[in-house]
Amino acid sequence: MFDFAVVTHWVDETLGNILPDSWVTTTEFVLVGISLLIAYAVMALGLIYAERKVCAYFQCRLGPNRVGPFGMVQTITDMIKMLIKEIIEINHTDRFLFNLAPYIVIIASLLAFSCIPFAKGLEILDFNVGIFFLIAVSSIGIVGILLAGWASNNKYSLIGAMRSGAQMISYELSIGLSILTMVVLTGSMQLSTIVESQADGWFIFKGHIPAFIAFVIYLIAGTAETNRGPFDLPEAESELTAGYHTEYSGMHFGFFYVAEFVNMFIVASVATTLFWGGWMPLHIPGWEFFNMVMDYIPPILWFFGKSAIMVFIIMWFKWTFPRLRIDQLLTLEWKYLLPINLCNLFLMVFVVVFKLHF
Amino acid sequence: MRSTQQYFSDFFTGLKSLLKGMRITLGEFFTPKVTECYPENRATLKMFDRFRGDLTMIHNEHNEHHCVACGICEMNCPNGTIHIESRMEETEDGKKKKVLVRYIYDHGSCIYCQLCVRNCPHHAIEFVPTFEHAVFTREKLIEQLNRSGSKLAEK
Repeated sequence: MFDFAVVTHWVDETLGNILPDSWVTTTEFVLVGISLLIAYAVMALGLIYAERKVCAYFQCRLGPNRVGPFGMVQTITDMIKMLIKEIIEINHTDRFLFNLAPYIVIIASLLAFSCIPFAKGLEILDFNVGIFFLIAVSSIGIVGILLAGWASNNKYSLIGAMRSGAQMISYELSIGLSILTMVVLTGSMQLSTIVESQADGWFIFKGHIPAFIAFVIYLIAGTAETNRGPFDLPEAESELTAGYHTEYSGMHFGFFYVAEFVNMFIVASVATTLFWGGWMPLHIPGWEFFNMVMDYIPPILWFFGKSAIMVFIIMWFKWTFPRLRIDQLLTLEWKYLLPINLCNLFLMVFVVVFKLHF
Repeated sequence: MRSTQQYFSDFFTGLKSLLKGMRITLGEFFTPKVTECYPENRATLKMFDRFRGDLTMIHNEHNEHHCVACGICEMNCPNGTIHIESRMEETEDGKKKKVLVRYIYDHGSCIYCQLCVRNCPHHAIEFVPTFEHAVFTREKLIEQLNRSGSKLAEK
């Protein structure tokens, strides 16, 4: 299996030969930052295209099909449009917070994005409390959303932001607990260790019943966390025009939009990492030839394939279910998901203590 | 006890109905799409028969039409779209008879109500399902429906 660390070591050595140590570190910071930003932007473009296509297919349409082959250039042209649009200055807003909010949202999402182990050796932030860090930074985004709603000086935005706050704080609990369930099984919070310990079987198979329940809860809570349908009531275009980003225009709106899509990918990839083995190929014990064939598929393809399926499921939720009311949303979390989650955590501890997992 | 039972039955019926909804949408995802890719499928695209695209005058193979220039269509048209030019002709047996010279139809003001076709006593005109009518000036929308050299069909 190809180890991406080979490439990074090679870059490090080449730079070390021509530059002093401090400059090597600085150059590497810049390089990593640039490649992260490019990956982020490309991911967002791809996801927006996928979303539009999947949505269209669920509605018996074809979706974008005019610009480029199968409409693939459509999102790029949309991006160019968004970049050259005017950012309108609005009177009676809190200017500083209003302009700050989209950056907080995008930085939170970028930090969470950088934690993901994409392939063997291809991970940017990897330390012993990785998954804990990921939960922490992904919830900074809520601050940005609340600021956006507050600083807009607009009733719709404020209601949207407050709904979003209530929703995200509630569902953070479910996400945390379902991740905790898996941490009980792995005994590690480091993302690379979590992936590596799934070499002989993915956790969804190893942890069987509790892992599957945790996976379903994680997916529901993750959908709510990213403010996507059926939990999109912070935006709820029929009642609140666009919720917290009503007053935003141009690229400031674009930041919210992009962050929403990449957050969906982050949720999907964390689900992949925790439950479906990350970049690990599918191995069935005893089938030597099958395992060998699976090893030839590069890890990055495994990772993106699994994440794409997760993303598809989240989109499938969005285009199937009607939007929840705010009281139904909170009932679902506090009366159903949270008790199930706690029982499930107990079940997982039971399974791990008595070694009932594979 | 009852409320506990209610809690669990609500949970499972809810879960079941959600899964049912997801199964239905997945079916929709794979059904063939009905969208017509218009300029590409121009050769095969068939408009439905009752579509009112363009008013035409029916001509048979001898270049004969059925219009007796009575002007009922012109009177019935709510927009003044139709204008009939006719002249009087004397037949061999000394009778006077109206003969159609030009049947002018202004596509630009037609509302496709079909009152002209309904009221025609001789079924001389009809709507055909053609739809590509875009032109650059309004004058090009004014058409003459009777072909040159055509005459009234004999009974």
